[in-house]
Amino acid sequence: METTITNQTDNSEIWGGGNEPFSASYGKLMMWFFIISDALTFSGFLVSYGFSRFKFIDSWPIADEVFTHFPFLHGVEAPMYYVAFMTFILIVSSVTMVLAVDAGHHMKKNKVILYMFLTIIFGATFVGSQAWEWKTFIKGDYGALETKGGQILQFVNSNNGKRVSIKDFSIRSNSNRITHNKNRGVWYNSESELPTYNVIEVKDGFKLNQNLLIRIQKLDSKGNKIILSRDESLDKIQDAITVVEGANLIHNEYGHRLFADFFFFITGFHGFHVFSGVLINIIIFFNVILGTYEKRGHYEMVEKVGLYWHFVDLVWVFVFTFFYLV
Amino acid sequence: MGHNTENLSIFRGLIKFKSNVQKIWGVLIWLSIVTTIEVALGIIKPEFLKTTFLRMKILNWIFLILTLVKAYYIAWDFMHIRDERDSLKGSIVLPLIFLIPYLAFILLLEADYIYDVMSAGFVSWNF
Repeated sequence: METTITNQTDNSEIWGGGNEPFSASYGKLMMWFFIISDALTFSGFLVSYGFSRFKFIDSWPIADEVFTHFPFLHGVEAPMYYVAFMTFILIVSSVTMVLAVDAGHHMKKNKVILYMFLTIIFGATFVGSQAWEWKTFIKGDYGALETKGGQILQFVNSNNGKRVSIKDFSIRSNSNRITHNKNRGVWYNSESELPTYNVIEVKDGFKLNQNLLIRIQKLDSKGNKIILSRDESLDKIQDAITVVEGANLIHNEYGHRLFADFFFFITGFHGFHVFSGVLINIIIFFNVILGTYEKRGHYEMVEKVGLYWHFVDLVWVFVFTFFYLV
Repeated sequence: MGHNTENLSIFRGLIKFKSNVQKIWGVLIWLSIVTTIEVALGIIKPEFLKTTFLRMKILNWIFLILTLVKAYYIAWDFMHIRDERDSLKGSIVLPLIFLIPYLAFILLLEADYIYDVMSAGFVSWNF
């Protein structure tokens, strides 16, 4: 293969980018490789979310009804505002990051320090906000019943069509049933925390309250959940076998359980990316303070971690659309 | 580090910025506007946008397009793809542009088929 041997002095044989074919350094290219593979990973997750959603297209939970809380505003219906705030925080952190990269190009060490610091603060704020979002989602709102087939039955007031919490109508019976822990019975058996009311208490309360109706998971042609008539409701409630409060990987009071699974998995995986991004940012931040890059003569490391940070922002843009908007 | 030739215009040269820092703030304003439109549409959900077009609600098409717009500006201006060589641009963007819609297409089509089987077939899952 003599033809492939290039003469070192003959520049016409070298690619347009010199010894760097893309005119980008080794480290930056490797970061791009990683980002492309990670982008494909995330799209795999999001597409599988889409798969499950299309499979249950007529019974998927409505995001507007799931995420309605805002910190310090109790009982106020605020769909989307909190997640919009989170999105804005992440975009701003992207801006401070790109400003740090720009300051690095001009070798302004103090500006790099300032902007890196702000990026870390905004990133940590985002992770914290996500933790709060998870907490509210896990805790739940109104509570619901679940049928043997895994269908969620929610309760509405027939007078105003508003949701009713199971705590508001269930009748407390003198059940002395307590949570079965390992220390109370067979050592290999235990159960998760008991709901506030058991199925019989909810059913009894429902039968006594004439103005309560059941709302099922299925959507009508306009995309609203179908509300059963009183007779149908009384019939349907016989199928219920468990009380569900909040959401976890097995039960989900908001509707289809796959929704909760994908929510935890995809936002969790993204949150983990943000978390590791904050850690990497902190390392680079201290390196900048110590003057490592000043000695090295360039701030390319800031640029590389910046690429990762923007990618995390980019993924959030898609997660935001597919979980909260569409 | 090699490139000092930063492209300082967005919207195909409609808006030109004097410095890179100015361009960054300009892009932030643009992204904030797009996000605000998305959130406003998501809260109001106007009735006339709920008609379906190509088997999807017009509202969802708008969300999808605005998301891609945001993704474009994050990648092009924050990740500096705009300043990279065409060869690097292509090798980053083309695999993703081809593979992701392809994956989405085959899986969503399959899911739609399964939905049809479950709603029209003999499987009872609503009990």
